Amino acid sequence: MQKKVIFRGRLLPIALLAPQLAVTFVFFFWPAGQAIYQSLLREDAFGLSREFVGLENFQEVLSDPTWLNAALNTVVFSGCVAALALGLALFLAVQADKSLRGATVYRSLLIWPYAVAPAVAAVLWLFLFQPEVGMIGRGLRAVGIPWDYRLNGTHAMVLVVIAAVWKQLAYNFIFFLAGLQSIPASVLEAAAIDGARPARRFWTIIFPLLSPTTFFLLVVNLTYAFFETFGIIHALTNGGPAKATETLIYKVYVDGVENLNLGQSAAQSVILMIIVIALTAIQFRAVEKKVHY
Amino acid sequence: MAPVMAPVATPAAPARDDALLRATRRRRMLSHLMAHGALILGVLIVAFPIWMTLVGSTHDAGTIGRGDVPLLPGSHAAENYAIAWNEGGGRTRTTPASTMLINSLLMALMIAAGKIAISILSAYAVVFFRFPLRMAAFWAIFITLMLPVEVRIIPTFQVIVDLGLVNTWPGLVVPLIASATATLLFRQFFLTIPDEFVEAAKIDGAGPLRFLKDVVLPLSLTNIAALFVILFIYGWNQYLWPLLIINDRSMETIVVGLSKMIGRGDSQNDWNTIMATAVLALLPPVLVVALMQRWFVRGLTETEK
Amino acid sequence: MATLSLRDVRKSFNATPVLHGIDLEVADGELVVIVGASGCGKSTLLRIVAGLETPTSGQVVINNRDVTGLEPADRDIAMVFQNYALYPHMTVFGNMAYGLKIRGLPRAEIEKRVKDAAEILGIGALLERRPKQLSGGQRQRVAMGRAIVREPALFLFDEPLSNLDAKLRVQMRAEIRRLQRRLGVTSLFVTHDQVEAMTLGDRLVVMNAGRPAQVAPPMEIFSRPADTYVAGFIGSPAMNFIPATLEEGGAAARLAKGTVIRFADGPRPGPAGMPLTLGLRPEHVVPGDGPDSVPLSVELIEPLGSETVVHGRGPGGLAITARLPGAFSGAALPVRLPAGHLHVFDAGTGRRLDP
Repeated sequence: MQKKVIFRGRLLPIALLAPQLAVTFVFFFWPAGQAIYQSLLREDAFGLSREFVGLENFQEVLSDPTWLNAALNTVVFSGCVAALALGLALFLAVQADKSLRGATVYRSLLIWPYAVAPAVAAVLWLFLFQPEVGMIGRGLRAVGIPWDYRLNGTHAMVLVVIAAVWKQLAYNFIFFLAGLQSIPASVLEAAAIDGARPARRFWTIIFPLLSPTTFFLLVVNLTYAFFETFGIIHALTNGGPAKATETLIYKVYVDGVENLNLGQSAAQSVILMIIVIALTAIQFRAVEKKVHY
Repeated sequence: MAPVMAPVATPAAPARDDALLRATRRRRMLSHLMAHGALILGVLIVAFPIWMTLVGSTHDAGTIGRGDVPLLPGSHAAENYAIAWNEGGGRTRTTPASTMLINSLLMALMIAAGKIAISILSAYAVVFFRFPLRMAAFWAIFITLMLPVEVRIIPTFQVIVDLGLVNTWPGLVVPLIASATATLLFRQFFLTIPDEFVEAAKIDGAGPLRFLKDVVLPLSLTNIAALFVILFIYGWNQYLWPLLIINDRSMETIVVGLSKMIGRGDSQNDWNTIMATAVLALLPPVLVVALMQRWFVRGLTETEK
Repeated sequence: MATLSLRDVRKSFNATPVLHGIDLEVADGELVVIVGASGCGKSTLLRIVAGLETPTSGQVVINNRDVTGLEPADRDIAMVFQNYALYPHMTVFGNMAYGLKIRGLPRAEIEKRVKDAAEILGIGALLERRPKQLSGGQRQRVAMGRAIVREPALFLFDEPLSNLDAKLRVQMRAEIRRLQRRLGVTSLFVTHDQVEAMTLGDRLVVMNAGRPAQVAPPMEIFSRPADTYVAGFIGSPAMNFIPATLEEGGAAARLAKGTVIRFADGPRPGPAGMPLTLGLRPEHVVPGDGPDSVPLSVELIEPLGSETVVHGRGPGGLAITARLPGAFSGAALPVRLPAGHLHVFDAGTGRRLDP
């Protein structure tokens, strides 16, 4: 798409673009290039020597059990977060969509966790699930569950999933509600006249019509679970206990910042970039498809 | 003369299936009740952690440490908030919340304003001009959409180290202000500005910069407001980047500072002041969302389209 | 005091020519209407004069100054757009004053000019409103006001009435004419509406496929159309076209059926048997029997109140439309084709043939 009517000039538009391009090149292309470059090098721990090692870093990463553990954690974590955050949000949005006046009120009451930083969300849930101090943590112990997310990897995973879902729920709810409200009333009325009962109407009419929104949200939720939840994991569990909640992005951070293994960290970054690009490409496909509706 | 009624039989009242009618009504009622019930439960669950945080911030450390947090607020609010505000929360008493709030506010405002400013300028250049490599520039910006800062965090950090920008505001803010999303949004909007406005402006004698200032910016105000809400929250909630770039306590942001207070999550901590700090940390962005809800929902759904 | 001359103005879009060399001289104070079907290049021509498009070749001269390469702002023109292009975030005053502000006129002068223009246009009470709060006619006036305050050498109108409803259009048409007379500003007006063109213009440029088919005052266009395109375009219902051939000596035409009509105003040049197109306006078709009359079978009757339009078909499928005074009913209608009102065109070139 282009405008037919434009201004003349060459220097001015380039000057207008310059800040954005400068930031993009210095803080995006340069580091991305560096990441690819470093992923092909090995550097000793003191940074004194480096040698070109080809794809060796990738080989090492992909065969490293701790990386595979992180990958598995990421899959479990992202899967749980996406499934729960989408399912609950859709359920609530459908309920809210039933009454026109109520919808906006409930929206107002449900959307604000979006504004809470992941790390702050972690602190809020920590305060509830802390085994000795937290209300729910103590409650669980009182009924005989030896709850301690600091010692039990499953408990830790459950806790980070809860905090991550809590924060993402609002976002999904907004989009599902908007999606539901954009379904033309006449379609639902036609279905009602065809004799479809509410439950059937939902699965045969509403859900299919909502599928572009759902798909879009799925990609967004996965991206969220991959990257933005770093703050939750860092604040709550530090990837522990025993790396039970170490996700891929957390491992990039640990290897790069704490272990100073730049080559490996860079290789991991490159793998993550490939994953994100794949996700984005899938999303674009979906957006194109959406046009057909 | 009164009309004469023909002596016809009064039509029988239409047959009514009272049972079906009642059942239908009952089902509708039930469905609505369940909907409201589920939503109210949802709202309560969503609000519960915040409520407990508020409660926690009003009791003394001892009560919490014993694990006796009640469901209702206590009487120590003033002192807890005073300590958090003036000295800093938690055992370690790192940085006063007042300092961290100002830092967070500065960071969020600079990121939001910076993103909006450079996005408007670049979208304007791409839409209202033709120049060599225009599409190349557009794609260069567009690709940044794909890679969030977390993915390239270590190499970006190294760039900052190389440039000597660790512990500086530019180092904290500038890498975060490249934004493909905002550029795309403004481009999309600029494309809807009728060609005739540009022509009328040309005839009025307005050059490109004047047109930007007098026509395009005023017309973009709602978009700017919507985007500002989203970006302010984005900026305020930054975590990994400030964690890496800032190790000067006086520049600590409140989100990072808060997570540093809790350490390993031990029970022996000043949870009361930590909770007070948590309330302070989440209050500004939540207020922004609550007060600018209309813009917020709009900004959210439009930027992601 | 301003004149406009176009000298062999040509324009191509991606090698597709849309204007094939336009020459036009507009005298001071004159209102010239450019009229034609959509896609004939009339808007492009206007935009070239405005400086919104650059001609591929040729010159635009305003007041003996070649402005071909200049920006619109440096041409001393003002333009009224089809959709008015009022800035939605500015008040009426702001819209009208904007161009003056950019030119750096003193504030008092701007206010005076805007007030005066608003007075003339009857929108003095609306100055603080925004375009959204105005009716279509009021927006139209503001768009005119924006042009007037500039006190330009040249007014350009790009179909400014096409977004108004029929009644308002008639009213605004008259108003534009009065205003243009009163201000005496040289004007170029583009429209696809022939009634607008006829009523507004001192002269008309009828455009056909990127060429001016005829440039003349309205009545001349109507009474002496230069070719079949102009003849068919101007006038409603459209002129009847009847195929014929030239008789020996050029003094008469023979219709397909064999009927011979002698030209009332003298012989036409051309060889015997040359194919002709005879034009006759529906209002000149006269009902009546006679040796030279054409029998019509009536296909459609359109009563308009004071008159009736009858569409009929003659021998050989010849379609003829007649405009009759009063009412009419019936299935057959013999009509005569009065020689005094005939227009004669060369069927090959479409050009008018005069004695």
